[in-house]
Amino acid sequence: MILDRFGDHIFRFIVYSILILVLLVTFLPFWNILVLSLNSAEDTVRGGVYFWPRVLTLDSYNQILKDSEIMSGLWVTVKRTVVGAPLSVLVITMLAYPLSRRNLVGRKGWNLYFVFTMYFGGGLIPYYMVLKALNMIDTFSVFILPSLMNVFYMIIVRTFMEQLPGEIEESARVDGANDLTIFFRIVLPLTTPVLATVGLFQAIGHWNSWFDSYAFTYSSDLKTLQAVLVKILSQFQTGGMVSQTQMLANSAKRNAVSSDTIRMAATMVATLPIILVYPFLQKYFVKGMTLGAVKS
Amino acid sequence: MYKASAVKLAGGNSLWNRLKEQKWLFVLMLPAFIATLLFSYGPMFGMYMAFTNYQPGGGTFLHQFFGAEFVGFKWLEYFFTTGDFYRIMRNTLATSLLTLLFGFPAPIILALMLNEARQGFFKRFVQTVSYLPHFISWVIAANIVITMLASDGMFNNLLVLLGIVKEPVAFLQNGPLFWWIIALSNMWKEMGFSAIMYLAAISAVNPELYEAARVDGASRFRQMWHITLPALRPTIVILGILAVGGILNAGFEQQYLLQNNTVLEYSEVIDIYAYKYGLQNSMFSYGAAVGMFKSVVAFILVVIVNRISRKVNDQALF
Repeated sequence: MILDRFGDHIFRFIVYSILILVLLVTFLPFWNILVLSLNSAEDTVRGGVYFWPRVLTLDSYNQILKDSEIMSGLWVTVKRTVVGAPLSVLVITMLAYPLSRRNLVGRKGWNLYFVFTMYFGGGLIPYYMVLKALNMIDTFSVFILPSLMNVFYMIIVRTFMEQLPGEIEESARVDGANDLTIFFRIVLPLTTPVLATVGLFQAIGHWNSWFDSYAFTYSSDLKTLQAVLVKILSQFQTGGMVSQTQMLANSAKRNAVSSDTIRMAATMVATLPIILVYPFLQKYFVKGMTLGAVKS
Repeated sequence: MYKASAVKLAGGNSLWNRLKEQKWLFVLMLPAFIATLLFSYGPMFGMYMAFTNYQPGGGTFLHQFFGAEFVGFKWLEYFFTTGDFYRIMRNTLATSLLTLLFGFPAPIILALMLNEARQGFFKRFVQTVSYLPHFISWVIAANIVITMLASDGMFNNLLVLLGIVKEPVAFLQNGPLFWWIIALSNMWKEMGFSAIMYLAAISAVNPELYEAARVDGASRFRQMWHITLPALRPTIVILGILAVGGILNAGFEQQYLLQNNTVLEYSEVIDIYAYKYGLQNSMFSYGAAVGMFKSVVAFILVVIVNRISRKVNDQALF
């Protein structure tokens, strides 16, 4: 018995050590980026800035405000998120409702039609060709239309709808409501919590996506924030080959230094909105994920 | 079950009457139907170009597409015989096997540990923070990884401080190390979020089982080993199927965003290769053939693994 209790203490020690390690490993990198973005560029080069800023300044954020490329990227990203997320939630929900109805004609076939696309795809090049054939390359629509549907989120919404009490619907039907009225007036309001989850997921998807902007648009006024960040990153990657001391000696020193801090500040700007919506999101997604997992 | 109730609800009406009755349901489905047809099935039919010699320019798109010379399996053969095939497959498999090796057990262990922690602020805080990396883009994650692993970054400094290495290591300039960085950064990003499913499964365990085990004098570790872990088995199997099925999905974003000129030999996975030749070098048919190879193999893998798991475990995705 005593030996067992001793073992439990060791066990608990291991458990908490692992959890603290996970906490540090996930938290410190974000903290470090924040600290670097708040430290003066010239001072950062001297190294050793990890846990708190040594020379506190908002310079890099000021520079971002003046950087037309980043600000335009931010605007495109906000636009696509605000337009794209609600639209896709609507399309997803409009599909989820019929599929949640047990008596839908051809229900199994429709499900197969949509779920099959989760496991098989045509690949990037044919996808590009489709976009080209639809004249969507280098237009804003390339951000919105292809992401309207998402089978995984549809399954989450459908599962939620299947668990709604059928009696409310039945009584509305007796009162003479058709499917359209039932959907918009009864089912949609009852589904709000899961719609909020899926909407936030889609919004984050839009906020984070860069590849469609990077590969399918050319105009600079269609570059999303993340795509601009990719550009800054690749500049750094080539610059990163040179050591920091060499960079100091470099005649292009000022440029290299500021691009590095701008990188940190831009990273923070792109991360901050996610951290801000995070508390609202968290309430729902655990439930949503588990629901989806059960069915798929 | 469905069929019986469907007939009853329809009141024995003919198919036409039922269709008419449900017309609004089909109207609701229409946008999703069209979007899926265009953006999911469209590319599937577009794979035809992998068998042709597609040349852009001149005439309408459909004209170019169907008018292109049919060359059969030429491009696939070309892919298999080129020296690139070995390198691409090596990188793809190495990355995804390492990712699986680290990424698959990590959320299970994290969920078990979280389950053992006392309910309270600390537990909730660890959970909340561990989800966070899942919600940021790979662009930002790559920025963070590169900053951490830089020669003057936090991680190198820690290693030097602890005396593990004498000089800062140029992590991102080392070819084979690149695979490990991909795998570990993947684990860092997804571990917390993937743990959600396991935690959900754990919460469904009957508390009486623990009660009984405690009466029998089982230690905390034994309770975890003999009660919690077996309860996770179905979830582990399902997520395992998905992971093995996606073994050719070694990723695109991570490699693409973390790579630099010194590690190209090790960072080029199948998706990057298809992108490079298909879009950047405009070898559309070749890129399509490489992508098709990936899609078909991945699909076959999912079907096989699913069938095996149905036999062995009575657990299946479909």
